[in-house]
Amino acid sequence: MTILINNQTNILVQGITGKQGQFHTEQMLAYGSKIVAGVSPTKGGQRIADVPVYDTVDQAVSEVKIDASVLFIPSQLVKDVAFEAMDAGIKTLVIITEHVPLHDAMQIMAFAERKNVTIVGPNTYGLISPGQSKIGIMPNRIFTPGSTGVVARSGTLSYEIVANLTTTGIGQSTVVGLGGDRIVGLSFIDVLRKFEDDPDTKAVVLVGEIGGDAEEEASKYIKRMTKPVVAFLAGKSAPPGKRMGHAGAIIDGGRGTFESKVEALTQAGAQVASLPWEVSSLIQSALVL
Amino acid sequence: MKLYEYMAKEIFRNHGIVTPKGCVFSSPEGIKEYVETIGSVVIKSQVLAGGRGKAGGIKFADTPEEAVARAKELFASQLKGSSVNELLVEEKLKIDQEIYLGLAIDRAHRRPVLLASKAGGMEIEQVPAEQIIKRLIDVSVGVQPYTTREISRRLGVSGEVAKKLSDLLVKLYQIFVTYDAELVEINPLVISGTDIYAADGKMTLDDDASFRFRSDIPHVEEKTELEKKASAIGIAYVDLEGEIGVMANGAGITMATLDLIKDYGMNARNFMDAGGGASRETVAQALEILLSTKPKSLLINIFGGITRCDEVAKAFIDVKKSVEINIPVVIRLVGTNEEAGIEILQANGIESYKNIKDAVTAVVALTQKKGAYHDNFDQ
Repeated sequence: MTILINNQTNILVQGITGKQGQFHTEQMLAYGSKIVAGVSPTKGGQRIADVPVYDTVDQAVSEVKIDASVLFIPSQLVKDVAFEAMDAGIKTLVIITEHVPLHDAMQIMAFAERKNVTIVGPNTYGLISPGQSKIGIMPNRIFTPGSTGVVARSGTLSYEIVANLTTTGIGQSTVVGLGGDRIVGLSFIDVLRKFEDDPDTKAVVLVGEIGGDAEEEASKYIKRMTKPVVAFLAGKSAPPGKRMGHAGAIIDGGRGTFESKVEALTQAGAQVASLPWEVSSLIQSALVL
Repeated sequence: MKLYEYMAKEIFRNHGIVTPKGCVFSSPEGIKEYVETIGSVVIKSQVLAGGRGKAGGIKFADTPEEAVARAKELFASQLKGSSVNELLVEEKLKIDQEIYLGLAIDRAHRRPVLLASKAGGMEIEQVPAEQIIKRLIDVSVGVQPYTTREISRRLGVSGEVAKKLSDLLVKLYQIFVTYDAELVEINPLVISGTDIYAADGKMTLDDDASFRFRSDIPHVEEKTELEKKASAIGIAYVDLEGEIGVMANGAGITMATLDLIKDYGMNARNFMDAGGGASRETVAQALEILLSTKPKSLLINIFGGITRCDEVAKAFIDVKKSVEINIPVVIRLVGTNEEAGIEILQANGIESYKNIKDAVTAVVALTQKKGAYHDNFDQ
């Protein structure tokens, strides 16, 4: 089993005719994802990589069942497009776009709460259940099926750690990118809870970073988990007050420090790897126990 | 983008929030005449850094002569590394009570939060949590009079003042939304008799919404020259103070690379996230920015997902041809098209590492060998 997506997930691509949308539609199809439709206003009627394109989401859902949508949409337009998908009844949205205005993100999250929609991102690489399906922009070949769940705030750091897991022979059940923004939908706790409930996930890797208190919040749940959690955190050497690439990665007014996160996670019983390549060996020994 | 106090106050006034009578000066000229018209004043340096009062950036004066003397001192001073180019001269208020008010974004709850405290005038970070009133705001409801009645009750204000406070909070929230702010702060709000004044004003706007900023918003630049250059080509760059220039792709991996350098006993000269899918031209421009900071060595750490390793390799060769690079360079390439990338580097006499650990070990060792000339690490 996997969480959030599997080989039965019917996927819509919003912004499918754009350069990114088209490229990643091909990549997702190559991985085996079930892309059933695309939407691009005024471009309906054509096909991209043999996927039918519609003008509106309403039109797409009237033609085909859709479980999840992925957005390859410029940041200024994300709010409108996300509302459109939610209003049409789609229950999972993956927002790849970076630089979505904060007030738009808050409105998206509020609407999602009312509509009971799961939002992944913004500013995420997406999610993947190796060997089954991916919704996002991650490189296909570093993943391998297995029983370790991965949840992360950042992209390339996840790739680094996942690639290391794969070369060490540790496969992944599902890998989820939460996104590097300050306001994101799915949280560490949401994903940890799903991994805890998933019978085929045996251990969990959490990849965090400085800024905010998502890791501290996650620790409250980790305390109650039966499955081992190994964490790695980026930003140990970051100076306060500087935004380290991600909008969310900033130590602000003494909050969101590396030390506070390590302490919370350690106290909750997670093992915190001090170097990225130590994650694999910690998982290995956790799985043996 | 942070706004200066006087800019925030102008926005406040335009929305009907009362601020003390005041005027902005960019030189001592005219201050004497102005103070003659309003009496005792407070003179406030216009800088973006917090903790301005404690750093000596705020002075009081009872006479015009005194005001001019204080102003001259402030103009000549440095506050937390920045010079003082403008002063806000304001009437000195009779203070009965000081209150803190703020609207911020609560990341964990994904919504705005209204903050208030009786401990006005202090830095809010220093105020104990139990003295801060926090109220999460549903964006579909906003701040309504009922929200403000509860805030007034808990602040212990009533009557005419409570009415004015309620009105102010509703307006403050409108400003917060209309201007795409991530923070709006009044610290302190001064209660003087039955009047209330926004005695200070702080606004930080969300840069990601700059495409729809209202035309009345001035542009305030806080970035260094290099940070500006980098952001012009779409790259995240932060100046640091170490020895090793770093370029990586992705915020998380860039941070982790900086951490590793520190673990191995040195420090990075910068944070540079070349992002995903950077083109050959962008990478070349980014490298030029890096070299201009005169690092003692260079570490390029690419985990190619959408970034293609061969493009990065080509960009490096491009730059190497046009710019003399006489510092050690260590390149780590892994991911999409890594074989092609490594081949290109090898054909040009540059070896690359696949493993991040080996790359960091190498760059630290090479940087520590002071004075030695290294074109690359393949001795």
